[in-house]
Amino acid sequence: MMSALAALLTQLLHLALVLAAAPLVVGGIRWLKARMLGRIGAPVHQPLLDLAKLLRKRPVLAENASWISRVAPYLGAGAALAAAALVPSFARGMAFAPLADLVLIAGLLALGRVAMALAGLDVGTAFGGLGAAREMSFAALAEPALLLAVMSFAILTGTTGLDAIAATFQEGALGLRVSLGLALVALLAVAVAENARIPVDNPATHLELTMVHEAMLLEASGRHLALWEAASALRLTLWLGLLAAIFFPFGTAPAGWAPLGWLAGLLAWGGKLAVLCLALAVFENAIAKMRVFRVPEFLGAALLLGLLGALLLFVSTRLA
Amino acid sequence: MLTALSLMLAGLVLLAPIGVALAGRPLAGLLVHGGSLLAALAMAGCGLAVLIGGALPPEPLGLGAWRPALIALDGLSAWFLLLLGLAGACSALFALAHYGAAPARLLAAYPLFMAGMALTLLAADALTLLLGFEAMSLASWVLVAADHERPENRRAARLYLVFAVLSGLCLVPAIGLLAAGGDLGFAAIRAAPPEGLRAALILALVVAGAGAKAGLVPLHAWLPLAHPAAPSHVSALMSGAMTKVALYVLARLLLDLSGPAQPLWWGVPLLVLGAASAVLGALRANLEEDSKTLLACSTIENVGLIAIGLGLACAFRAADLGALAALAAGAALLHALNHAMFKTLLFLGLGEVLHGAASRRLDRLGGLIHAMPWTAAAVLVGAGAAASLPPLSGFAGEWLLLQALLAAWRVGDLAFQVLAVGVAALAALAAALAAAAMVRLFGMAFLGRPRTPRAAGAQDGPLAARLALLVPAGLTILFGLLPGPMLVLAEAALQRLVRQDVTERASFVSIGVGDGAGAYLPIGVAMLLAGLGAAIWWAVQRRSPPGVARGPAWDCGFAAAPPHLPFGDPLTQPSAAGLGQPLRRMLGNPLLAVHERVSMPPPGDPRPARLDAGFADPSDALLLAPLARLRDAVVGQVERLRDLTLAQCLMLPFGTLVALLALIAWLEAR
Repeated sequence: MMSALAALLTQLLHLALVLAAAPLVVGGIRWLKARMLGRIGAPVHQPLLDLAKLLRKRPVLAENASWISRVAPYLGAGAALAAAALVPSFARGMAFAPLADLVLIAGLLALGRVAMALAGLDVGTAFGGLGAAREMSFAALAEPALLLAVMSFAILTGTTGLDAIAATFQEGALGLRVSLGLALVALLAVAVAENARIPVDNPATHLELTMVHEAMLLEASGRHLALWEAASALRLTLWLGLLAAIFFPFGTAPAGWAPLGWLAGLLAWGGKLAVLCLALAVFENAIAKMRVFRVPEFLGAALLLGLLGALLLFVSTRLA
Repeated sequence: MLTALSLMLAGLVLLAPIGVALAGRPLAGLLVHGGSLLAALAMAGCGLAVLIGGALPPEPLGLGAWRPALIALDGLSAWFLLLLGLAGACSALFALAHYGAAPARLLAAYPLFMAGMALTLLAADALTLLLGFEAMSLASWVLVAADHERPENRRAARLYLVFAVLSGLCLVPAIGLLAAGGDLGFAAIRAAPPEGLRAALILALVVAGAGAKAGLVPLHAWLPLAHPAAPSHVSALMSGAMTKVALYVLARLLLDLSGPAQPLWWGVPLLVLGAASAVLGALRANLEEDSKTLLACSTIENVGLIAIGLGLACAFRAADLGALAALAAGAALLHALNHAMFKTLLFLGLGEVLHGAASRRLDRLGGLIHAMPWTAAAVLVGAGAAASLPPLSGFAGEWLLLQALLAAWRVGDLAFQVLAVGVAALAALAAALAAAAMVRLFGMAFLGRPRTPRAAGAQDGPLAARLALLVPAGLTILFGLLPGPMLVLAEAALQRLVRQDVTERASFVSIGVGDGAGAYLPIGVAMLLAGLGAAIWWAVQRRSPPGVARGPAWDCGFAAAPPHLPFGDPLTQPSAAGLGQPLRRMLGNPLLAVHERVSMPPPGDPRPARLDAGFADPSDALLLAPLARLRDAVVGQVERLRDLTLAQCLMLPFGTLVALLALIAWLEAR
């Protein structure tokens, strides 16, 4: 009873935390990038102000927009939030932990992606179709790379459940492994592509021809645009949290009632997220966006690294 | 119950002459399709009853003292009979609405097609199985050729017949080898499983024979031509049920009748061919510009995924990993049922579109979500399942399959582990490609602006046709939410395939891999999505002004189209080729040998520049073209027979007779 209550409480705290952190992560990265370029930059909480502004505006829909345009933003945001609710942050053993399966999280991300692509196609504009086609094509290479990374985890820990994987990695019995390094690089590439960051896509672009992610949202406005923006911020937070939970699992509180542990976990999680944001900002400032047709090579390399990681595991377990 | 089923078979066969006799009158369609509907419902009911109640032992089928065939209904055949019944009922309902005044060839062949499939599933001896299989092939050939005025349909039907004959040519010797003892009954075959070279030959022949019918690469060339050529309700039945019957034959002959003691490599051909089919089919689905051809290519993909599941089950069984074998076989069975449902739904939905908007080509559709709201909603459910999105049914099967693939390393053989990693990557690639193809299909057909006036004037079908779409859509959602109970239901079939049950892994709310290795709780996922979606909606509605304002599409400031283009400039809308272009460039070479050629007229020439893009299926160049050359060469040699003298002509049959007698004498002597 007590543990169930604790699980529910951690889940609710986690949801609130993720919702609060998502705009700050986006704003923080923007601020860091601006500072590195010598600009003052907008304040860290600027995305929150933007969301509030967008929510106040009535959306303008094209005359031939169907109910897809009106439902898809909720579906996209719901799928992103559902996926984010499953990735542990400060503590494990949350109420939804039995659901938190990595294959399912990939499925929820796919659900959000399809919702966005359909919204992009709904009005029948050139850029919407362009963005939808490119987004779905990139995902075609990103998903197998993700699955191969999951395969490495599943071989090492015997499960695809995120909670169990994080717990096993936190125990540290597995030690450092080359395969995990390869899986980390593969996952980083997938994360960059899934979140439409540089070098795959530019979240701040205003040149339609180079857009992927934003091109699908050109017709969205008002609360619909706010929902899409929130979904993409949640997705970024989710990916950073996923990387932190798997590869930097130290400090996370175990399941059960442990307020002090939660506080420590919270601090650890915030620190990990800040470091990852800084790394992303440095990375994005250091390189340029690549041509759209170079992206397959980028993701293909991630796929090969994932493959190599899994194969190395077989060979190493055979030698050991 | 078997008596009732044999009576139902007889009824279906009787419907054929009735259809011919009454052809042209409205009553004919009502009788034939109504009868088929009842028969399909009976099949589904019997399948369900046997899955719950237990297998029916073999009984002879026939009249009076003449009872040449054996029929039975065990778990495996009951599972596929349930699938056939559900798909058949939806197709018949659709046919009732749209094909009342069909020509005689359609009305006669349709019930025979159903009867052939049912007989294949009910057969308890190898000869009856072959008989049903061939009846199914021939009847469906008539249906493919139904619209024979169009040359491409004639070509499709010819190719289909060639592949059907190939199936027969492979399956007859395979069954001969299996039943080497002389008794064709399944029980006798099971008692003496093949070994060594005989087993390898059987494997090759069955994979070629049943695989050709199911559409496994490289024998898939007929499928994207034949499935779209048939009328929509027949396409639905061919893609939804007939490929599954072929997979049933594959599973029955390779997993059940060949015994559990086959070596590890027994599953490898299925794994390799399945992975190749999955990727090739999904990639082609992204390039095809005809909606029904696109769906047929997606069928190749899903058949590949099911074959992967069956191959994995073989391998796990050989490695003594019974629980994982049950997982893989369960994934195959579950995906077979789910695919039958959502593919039937998609073919019927696009058939409705063909009725309403008079085109199958994606470049002539568009904006149908306004004109055909019911069809659009149903097709969206089917497309979501085909794109394997949670919590729909496609995801459940795919989840189980991926879990089985992720556990494949437990088979200790290094070569097999490497193969399994490759297959897992290809299966994930196929799933993501299928999602892209389904977004393209739905986006082109139902979203955007109408591309032709006819597409603007389309309408939903009558009530029966709407029901034929809503029933499979409802089942797709239901099977997606309840994969656990479905897996428990499939237990009798799993017992037949891998002699292992799954009871402790599947409960009402969840399916698990076992030993704490991941679980999928579809109802929980659906509730989580619904709850969070509702919470977001509530929070947003509270802060945001109600309603929406309407205006012209922004489209980055494009000018409004001229008045003679009431639906806007069609050139500013994505085309089918345009939506497929990124994947064509990314993955098209070398798999599909895609080519793009820009023909630019010289300066001063007013002709427009043209971009020609296309692709070639590797099986055309590597399999069909050499075979066609071989055929021409053989025909050229055989033509020389025409120049023989009378005496030489008489020598030919005489020589054949002597050779046959010698063969019989030799066989007798052994």
